[in-house]
Amino acid sequence: MKLKLPNPGLDDRIPSHEDLERMETEEAGDRPKWDNKAQYLLTCVGFCVGLGNVWRFPYLCQSHGGGAFMIPFLILLVLEGIPLLHLEFAIGQRLRKGSVGVWRAINPYLTGVGIASLLVSFLVGMYYNTIMAWIMWYLFNSFQDPLPWSQCPLNANSTGLVAECARSTTVDYFWYRETLNTSAAIDDAGGLQWWMVLALFAAWTLLYVCCIRGIETSGKAVYITSTLPYLVLTIFLIRGLTLKGSTQGIKYLFTPDVDELMNPQTWLDAGAQVFYSFSLAFGGLISFSSYNSVHNNCEQDAVLISIINGCTSVYSATVIYSIIGFRATQKFDECQGDNILHLINAFDYPENSITIDNYDQVLTNLNQTNPDIIQGLPLKTCDMQNLLSQGVEGTGLAFIVFTEAIIKMPVSPLWAVLFFIMLFCLGLSTMFGNIEGVVVPLQDLRILPQTWPKEVFTGLTCLISFALGLIFTLRSGNYWLALFDNFAGSIPLLVIGFCEMFSVIYIYGIDRFNKDIEFMVGHKPNIFWQATWRVISPLIMIFILIFYFVTQVTKDLTYLVWDEEAANFPVLEARPYPSWIYVIIFILAGIPSLAIPIFALFKFFQRKCCKDKSYKDHPVDTISAKIEMNGKTID
Amino acid sequence: MIAYADFKIESLAYFSKKMPNHVRWVLQQIKSRIERLNALFRPVMHYNCSAHHEGTNMTEEASNISSDTAAYPWSKNEMFLFRAALAFAMRDYTNGEEFGVSDIHPCDETKRVSFWFVVTRPNTTDLVDKGTVEMAIKKSRNRINGAFLLTDQTLEFDGIYPTLAAPVSPDTPPWLIVFGVVMGAVSVGIIALLAYPLVQRKLKKNKDADDEDSDEETGVKTAEIGANDGIYNSTFSDDERFTQM
Repeated sequence: MKLKLPNPGLDDRIPSHEDLERMETEEAGDRPKWDNKAQYLLTCVGFCVGLGNVWRFPYLCQSHGGGAFMIPFLILLVLEGIPLLHLEFAIGQRLRKGSVGVWRAINPYLTGVGIASLLVSFLVGMYYNTIMAWIMWYLFNSFQDPLPWSQCPLNANSTGLVAECARSTTVDYFWYRETLNTSAAIDDAGGLQWWMVLALFAAWTLLYVCCIRGIETSGKAVYITSTLPYLVLTIFLIRGLTLKGSTQGIKYLFTPDVDELMNPQTWLDAGAQVFYSFSLAFGGLISFSSYNSVHNNCEQDAVLISIINGCTSVYSATVIYSIIGFRATQKFDECQGDNILHLINAFDYPENSITIDNYDQVLTNLNQTNPDIIQGLPLKTCDMQNLLSQGVEGTGLAFIVFTEAIIKMPVSPLWAVLFFIMLFCLGLSTMFGNIEGVVVPLQDLRILPQTWPKEVFTGLTCLISFALGLIFTLRSGNYWLALFDNFAGSIPLLVIGFCEMFSVIYIYGIDRFNKDIEFMVGHKPNIFWQATWRVISPLIMIFILIFYFVTQVTKDLTYLVWDEEAANFPVLEARPYPSWIYVIIFILAGIPSLAIPIFALFKFFQRKCCKDKSYKDHPVDTISAKIEMNGKTID
Repeated sequence: MIAYADFKIESLAYFSKKMPNHVRWVLQQIKSRIERLNALFRPVMHYNCSAHHEGTNMTEEASNISSDTAAYPWSKNEMFLFRAALAFAMRDYTNGEEFGVSDIHPCDETKRVSFWFVVTRPNTTDLVDKGTVEMAIKKSRNRINGAFLLTDQTLEFDGIYPTLAAPVSPDTPPWLIVFGVVMGAVSVGIIALLAYPLVQRKLKKNKDADDEDSDEETGVKTAEIGANDGIYNSTFSDDERFTQM
């Protein structure tokens, strides 16, 4: 499709190829640069590889047919992830600006896309760093033996365990009561939890110290934060494979169920996972690649990072499920052991007469001979499949399921520390990208004086995010976070991603883009890129967007609460949201998405009413204006 | 006045020898003890235990136990140890009443080491009531466990629930200590990073001031002083001194 929308004045807004060559050789300007290619790659890998690879992908894999899920995942990775990634890298490298600068250069009416990226990065950064605070809290608490989530506290008169803990599990209690101190509804705000405020403060100050001068400082930090998770994953893999039951977990994860491929939800989830996993549309990747040299091979980088991201997802899924297999086997053995004990006590059998292997046989025999006694016994059905499928996603996986597995391992504090350091590094490197996606557009928008140093911009961002993020330290903070996660980080990103692709291909122009890439990399992008950029990827994104929107709008909006008085306690109960939540949802999802058309309209009216001042857009072209001395133009 | 007192001692039966090695690592401490004792003690306040269990001879039952149970060597000696431990507990609780091994009467022993027992006052046939025996056992529970190298989970007295040890809570929560360390490091980092450019600028200003002084002194640089310090730009130099005609 050779559609190209009219775009006057584009050449004046963007540096030409000659300008780029000149900038390359002169090293002019105070634009930051990568120290080396490895730093750039590690930063991008760190941004892409995040908590989602550890706790979202394994859950999707397992719930959508195991090994069969790889098929839609890989297909959509190739057709959707890699083209979009290449596009963002190329446009950033070509136009040498952050997200707002890039879209404003392409067309001033498109500045809204950059602003939407800014808003989304800000909102997502706010709640993402709260998860970091939770991880830090658990990390701080891992330096003791026994681990605090391995025991229930005693009740007031020391006669027994606290009721809430006895009815659920120690890990549940530690998470919901001692960490979150969660209330029973989102309206019930409760007060600020001081320990959570401290943890949040620690998270934001640590992020500030790493990002204080942009990639100058974060570029050094990524050497550790991007590589350490892989080391820890390997350690966990080795440890996990030596535990009993781990292979069962891995088998369960990868057992393919080909029927799931017929389910459209599988493809939708795979597409969404590829999209979010690549951290596209946040603006951070555009920024990062704008610090590259002009002739950097962005095509190779895009393919490389996509492969690394995909492989990391599969690798971490293997590790996680080996540990989940271990936990399920432990729980199964305990459950069966209790049953066997009840039987032995009731019938006074000698020890070892009933084992896990012959339990079923013995039970059926006894049921025939003494059914009344069997009825009276509190025997539980121990279902291994059920235990394996309890592989929850999200915070549930990290803070409940995995912590429970850790306390059953020997030398628990060591594994806990390693695990939470790994999660922390994964999250921190993603936060670097988020901060980049907020600070650089903020500087480009020129809302604040340009003379202020970058440290102030970063500091302001961290401070305001911390202040607003205090909402997540309330007693109902967990519910607010789930709300943000569901709405702020989903639909707006899809909208922005689609607009990005459309803008570059049809407003910037695919021909110009091809020539740019030829100039930068050395060869024109081949037919694969042409086909995916022009047709396939936009179609896939529209598809996902519409389906996502429809499913969100049609389903009843409920959220899961931890309520002691609920009937099914300790299972979380689904409650409907109060009606004022819809306003919040609109703010979270609607405002970033609507920023695009609103800003276009704003620009339109600004142009129209201030038409007489438009001569300012075209300054007089004189030689004296172009003379530079000592790197600065003479005024 | 006859009251039944149920005391039950059980072990976790499934911790058998078939446990694979890695789990055994965890259970090493209790492995040896588990292999020993798995008993159900039910003291019956009937002094005449055989009335509870018509026609069985106690000594016969005791010997049955030792041959049937393969997992641990429960024997008459172990039973003696139990009776001695109980006698100690009674003595300890009643502050010196001279309970002897003969005052502890186990009965109704089963294939799976579990039995009832009764306690009589020394030198009489009066039964000690359930409450007193329970309190005595509670007081000396650790010692009885220790005698058999078992724990509260592996040696159970039916009806006596172990008093739960309060979880150790240190004065300063450990997490605050780690938090303090991290925050200290972060603050040092922030101050250092913020101060670094200011310090650099100050040093540069001093260096510039020094440079200005030295600049004024150099006039024309000759080859000896420093004319050859620069980079020779060969763009406009010819290889030959004279232009070609």
